[in-house]
Amino acid sequence: MSIQARFRVDRQDFALDVDLIIPNKGVTVVFGPSGCGKTTLLRSISGLERCPDGFLKVGDSVWQDDKHFIAPHKRPLGYVFQEASLFAHLNVKANLEYGMKRVPVSAQKVSLERAIELLGIGALLERRADQLSGGERQRVSIARALAVSPELLLMDEPLSSLNLERKQEIMLYLQSLHNELDIPIIYVSHSLGEVARLADHMVLLDNGKVRATGDVTELFSRLDLPIAQSDKAAAFIQATIVEHDEEFGLTYLDFAGGRLSVIRQDMQIGATVRLRIVARDVSLTLERQTGTSILNAFPVVVEEIISEGVSQLMIRLMANGVPILCRTSLKSATLLDLKPGKRVFAQVKTVALLS
Amino acid sequence: MLSEGDFNALIITLKLAAVSTIILLLLGTPLAWWLARTRWRYKFLIEAMVALPLVLPPTVLGFYLLITLGPHGAVGGLMNWLGAKPLAFTFSGLVIGSVVYSLPFVVQPLQGAFAAIGTRSLEVASTLRASPLDRFFTVEIPLARSGFLTAAVLGFAHTVGEFGVVLMIGGNIPGQTQVLSIAIYDHVEVLEYSQAHWLSGGLLIVSFLMLMVVYALNRRFLVTQP
Repeated sequence: MSIQARFRVDRQDFALDVDLIIPNKGVTVVFGPSGCGKTTLLRSISGLERCPDGFLKVGDSVWQDDKHFIAPHKRPLGYVFQEASLFAHLNVKANLEYGMKRVPVSAQKVSLERAIELLGIGALLERRADQLSGGERQRVSIARALAVSPELLLMDEPLSSLNLERKQEIMLYLQSLHNELDIPIIYVSHSLGEVARLADHMVLLDNGKVRATGDVTELFSRLDLPIAQSDKAAAFIQATIVEHDEEFGLTYLDFAGGRLSVIRQDMQIGATVRLRIVARDVSLTLERQTGTSILNAFPVVVEEIISEGVSQLMIRLMANGVPILCRTSLKSATLLDLKPGKRVFAQVKTVALLS
Repeated sequence: MLSEGDFNALIITLKLAAVSTIILLLLGTPLAWWLARTRWRYKFLIEAMVALPLVLPPTVLGFYLLITLGPHGAVGGLMNWLGAKPLAFTFSGLVIGSVVYSLPFVVQPLQGAFAAIGTRSLEVASTLRASPLDRFFTVEIPLARSGFLTAAVLGFAHTVGEFGVVLMIGGNIPGQTQVLSIAIYDHVEVLEYSQAHWLSGGLLIVSFLMLMVVYALNRRFLVTQP
């Protein structure tokens, strides 16, 4: 099952030209700088923006082609806008029920109670929109979009109008949505942090065109894309919690390339988590080191090397099929005689847990 | 206090204002909505036409209405041909005159209220499965309620206060087309100052009370908007 979208918008100051196939499950983040057409793409998918000659197929149903254009209110979608946009004349409960009341009972899969519980807004139901904080308002608008039991949830930078603290708070709710509801989400963002935490799949948009699309771990480690060239370049890996070490206060995690340890986490054994390994924190050795304070080390194969300026290199490594990035100096690489295909060991100073 | 003639004038005035206000709201709402939403580049023509009664002397307006509605006018002639009575010097004629004369007082606040809602709330509603008509009744009208209150009271009060148009088109027939403002004028002309005082004072107090209610309620509505 997939979502197929083809849109062309040609305006004086702006052009969008995309032809996309993205999976109809999980979270797809449309990422790019402001003004690159992310919001226009999302609005075209929703039908709020009518793009002539566009094509959109979600799963088995065609929402737009040469002959048909399904009006936005007839599309089974949910939309969360940048600002919460609650109806000022209705209280929280009536806001939540507005969409739900218009969905036939047979199509209601997400109950109001479930949406309220997932977003933690049970105590706010009788309040008016102007009596809520920015974060609460955005939570209500997310719950309101969920309550129509959408087959596709569209989110347009839902965190951008919030301060850091509120962002973190809502991020937790979004992650639980992702884990507990089986609703495909298309999420527009210009924040790498949000991508790293939420995305399964990613569409990289640049100047109205698709620069790259694919699995998020894959795209983050592609050396030809701007993400891997940024200062915060990092690899994202999936790992499973396998053991807690009470003596040293550590938690062990397994990923395809080996075993890692992080500071003791209060999480269940068997849980899947997402880890971030920043390219700067990875160093390479020819043999497995014994006399070192670094705990996290695993064998890797050098796959690709590009130079960054005069003295720096960015190296893409493969740890049993999992891409890892390493930023190092030209001198070290020369001393170690690094080249594609060479087997070395990666040592990781810090591993950050994202979920 | 009130003579029978004055009492009749009062009843006719209230009836005229009530009927005109209802018609104004029914006509003005779609017109104001259209003016607030359309991207038609010549909409200023319609806006200027709606605003004409604000600047024209009521007698000018009344004169043209009289000509149009009279037996030889376009509308009057047509009605004559259809076998109906012409509208000049009748209560129906007064209603038509009042509707035209008070149109800007209803359309302008409504247009402002619809424009202030913006498109975002409507987009939200359409992603929540509301059809355009559904959106109009469940989002636009409730959000424009302060505009409706202002429009209704201004339309009513302005109709109560009109003089020139009703004089031209209604012809001051006691018990049929004589309204309060003209009754006051008649009293003053024959130096019946005490009757003129009663009617004028009453009109002054009622008008003030109505406007006070509008402004007080509008303040409350504004406070409830985030």
